[in-house]
This record gives sequence, structure tokens and C-alpha cells, in this order.
Amino acid sequence: MTEKVDVVVVGAGLAGLGCAYHLASSGLEVLVVERGDYPGSKNVSGGRLYLDPVRPYYPDLLSPEALPQLPFERAVVRERFTIVADQGATSVELQFPSLGGPLPHSVTVLRGTFDAWLAEQVTRHGGMVVPRYKVDDLVWEGERVAGIVSAGDEIRANVVAAADGALSFIAERAGLRQRHDPDHFALGMKEIIELPRDVLENRFGLDSHQGAAQLYFGSVSQGMLGGGFIYTNKESLSVGMVLGMGAMVDRGSALQAHELLEAFKARPEVAPLVAGGRLVEYSAHAIPEASGQAMHRRVRDGLVVLGDAAGLALNMGVTVRGMDFALASGALAARAILEAHQSGDFSERGLAGYEAALQHSFVQRDLRTFARMHTFLQNPRLYAAYPNLAVGLLEEMLHISEGPKQGLFRTALKALRRVPARHLLSDLWQMRRL
Amino acid sequence: MTSPQGPFLSLTDKLGRDVFKIDGEQPHIRIDHEVCRSECSTRPCLYVCPAKLYAYRPEQDEVFVDYEGCLECGTCVIVCREGALKWEYPRAGFGVQYRFG
Repeated sequence: MTEKVDVVVVGAGLAGLGCAYHLASSGLEVLVVERGDYPGSKNVSGGRLYLDPVRPYYPDLLSPEALPQLPFERAVVRERFTIVADQGATSVELQFPSLGGPLPHSVTVLRGTFDAWLAEQVTRHGGMVVPRYKVDDLVWEGERVAGIVSAGDEIRANVVAAADGALSFIAERAGLRQRHDPDHFALGMKEIIELPRDVLENRFGLDSHQGAAQLYFGSVSQGMLGGGFIYTNKESLSVGMVLGMGAMVDRGSALQAHELLEAFKARPEVAPLVAGGRLVEYSAHAIPEASGQAMHRRVRDGLVVLGDAAGLALNMGVTVRGMDFALASGALAARAILEAHQSGDFSERGLAGYEAALQHSFVQRDLRTFARMHTFLQNPRLYAAYPNLAVGLLEEMLHISEGPKQGLFRTALKALRRVPARHLLSDLWQMRRL
Repeated sequence: MTSPQGPFLSLTDKLGRDVFKIDGEQPHIRIDHEVCRSECSTRPCLYVCPAKLYAYRPEQDEVFVDYEGCLECGTCVIVCREGALKWEYPRAGFGVQYRFG
């Protein structure tokens, strides 16, 4: 059996569905194939989507008027960043008018709900979304990608949009990237812990619809690149950890990845927040971190690569982004495909507008601006020496014990001496370039 | 809060909360034991898997994988630099089906 459509999108995540939404809205015949039982069934995210960057790319779906229809969980009005030492922790919290305004800056989402909704928007505009459909291979016409193969069936298309996630076997098969490198990925582990709505809102000090985002950095990752997170949903928490894969490999067999998540939940700063909750789902996912560096190209004849598959994600420690990049790359790819459709040129040259648009968009600009972040975040002192220093110093300042207290300056100096001066200086020097 | 209803569960109980559709015919992870034995001494698969599905069996000198509880993150195949894992997504209609995600 051979069918032909304008565009086949592989993967019903935010990049793929976003791309299909724009293509279907413009009248192209687009087919989204998804290996899971329903859109979202194989998708995992930490749980927070930044809306401001993507609003211009989806003016209809994300306009202020459309907001009540948007299936997000809670609008984040409070950001908390906690530095965790071996013992004790200190937090910085941000509350700001722009966070609590009528247009949310970021929202928490559950992908089961959110992706199903986005898939509905695709079908509403005439696109087809077919679940339980796994792509086994690409159809080639010489050097050109001409479609996909699944269980022996071929579907031909002018363009295949590979939005098949962080592992993207399609990008690998098409020779667009190198083999996966542990240093370019992090493991994300997450639990959904249900809490009654009133308990949740009391615990986090939230009104209805308001949400909190809390990131934890320091000894929770036991010296490895990574950290913990808690996002509030309507009636549940997304509680998880991210750990650099390269760092885990280096750590060796003393580690058991899943035990770090348990230890995180058991921390005295975290345990009261999850207490009494009911764990309803445990998920894990690979997160691209600087894996864009391993991409040779994102376009070749008849093929574009989007979202996580294209390595579009950015971990800055205090913010973790991927879903906004995915949505933007989907919209930009759709634009390029529409141009190619008009000119009838689906070659790499005809689709080159995608890469150019990515380079000019916030996606590649932010990735370029913060390109050194990933290297910086691999510094083990960020997860042990500095958190212990900061928390220790505060403890010494605030703890009133028997006997006279030392002056502030001497206390600070004593704490600073615990980190060799050359390390402090070189780390500060590196920060200058972030 | 260590009751089975609480948020602290054993790994087995945690995985029990997930929905898996098990493919009894076609494992989606296969291990090339020859490559394993000859190329790899560190076996990161044993400790990076968030579902702890890999185990070493000294009597056979083999790494074994219980693919049925796979969360499909791909961490094992990324860290296996020796290429001993033949890892593909489960067939359509199988594997973990996240309800929340």
C-alpha cells in the first residue's frame, strides 16, 4: 500500500503537533503519526511551559482571548530557587507583578492533557493524527527523503518532519547527527503525586489557578550536573530530578539513579511538601543538553528535524527550557515547508529557510548566548562546595549560640577559605562569560 | 508517610502505578553479550536506568534486561558507548503509556 500526502510529521509532541497545526491551517494535507496509544502517551516534560516566547508563533491558540481554553494546570506566580547543602538549605523567591498578571508568563502542564488538546487543534483544521503508528524507516529516492515506512507500508510525502524526540532515530538514520553522547544528555525522572486541591494550595500558599515553580540545586544531585524540581498542577505535584548522563557514568556503580529521586523527596525541605500525597505515575525521559552541538544539519532534501530531535533545549540551572523551543521550531519548520510548497522545491535548498529562521529566532539566539552554560554547569563545585559554603555562612550568621559571635567579615572569610582561592577565582572568571 | 498510599514507594510499587502494555513476542531491547563481555568493564547500564531494569548474572557472565518495565527514556542506549544494546522503540500499541506525562 502506498499513499501520498504533502507532509508526514513523525511524533505527536509539541514540535510535531505545532508544525502540523500551521500546515493544516494553511490547507496542506498533513499526517501526524504517533507510536503511542494517544498523543502525549509517550511524552514527558518537567512540567512548565514559558508562554511569552511562543505567543507570537501561535497568535490564535495563545492569545489572551483563547486563554480560558488553554488546558494548562496552573499559572506560575511564584518562583523559588533553593540551594541545598549537605545539611540545610537556603532559598531565594521571586514574586513579581509580571508573574501574576492576566497573561501568565509560564504555566504548568501535564502532557497527557496538553498534547491531546494540541492534537485536537490539528484535526480541527483538517490535519490527520494517527496514533499507534510507529515509523520503522525512511523512504529514499536517491539522496532525497521521500516518505516513511511502517510495518511494510509506505507513506510518501514531499517533506518528512522528524519530531521524534530526543533520541531521534530518524535524524541518526538520515545522517544529520552523530551517535548519542552521554555528555549531551540528561536523564529526567519525574513522579506525579496527587494532593487534594485545598491541601496543595495551603501548602504552597496559592490561590486557585495560581501555581509555584521550585527548583533545587546543590547536594540533591550529589556533586553531579543536575537538580530537583517541584511544579504545582491543579491537584498534583510534578516532582522530579534531572541528572547529567555523562556525570552519572563518571560516578560509577556507587550510584543508582532512581535512589537520588527518593533521597530528594526525603530531604527535610521537600518531604513536608509531598507528605500524604499519592504517587500515581513515575516517568523518565532523556533531555537534550547541548546536543544541538552534535547536529550536523537540521535539513536535508525532503526532511526537516524539529524540537528535542534537533537538540533544541536549554538548561540554565535556574530555568529549564525545551517545550517553548519545540513549539517555536514547529512553527518555523511549517513556514519553511509552506514556502517550499509554493515554489515546488523540497530540496535542502528549498527548505533552507527553516535553518535560517531558527538562527534568527529566540531559539538559536538563546542557545548561542548561553552556549557556555552547559560547560559551566558541569563544575562539581556548584553542587557541593558552593552550596555548603553559602548555607554554612548563613547558618553562622544567623545562629546565636553561647559565647561571643565573631564579626561578619571574619565569619565570611572563614567560610570562603574552605574553597581554594584559585578555584573561586577561576569559577568567577568563567561566570563573566555566561 | 511510608504507607503504601504515601509518596514513598519501592521501585517495584512505583512502576506498578504506570500503565504498561507488554509485548510478549518482541523485546525492544536486545543485548549483544559478546560486545558486553569483550568491550565493557564498567557496565553503566546497571546503575543509570531509572527503573533499574538491568542486572548482571555472574553465573552466566551476562547482563540481563527486564524490558517489560521500560520507561523508554533511552538512557541505557545513550550511555552504552560500546553499542552492545540494540534498542528500538516498542512496536506500535506497546510499551509504557503515560497518562499524565
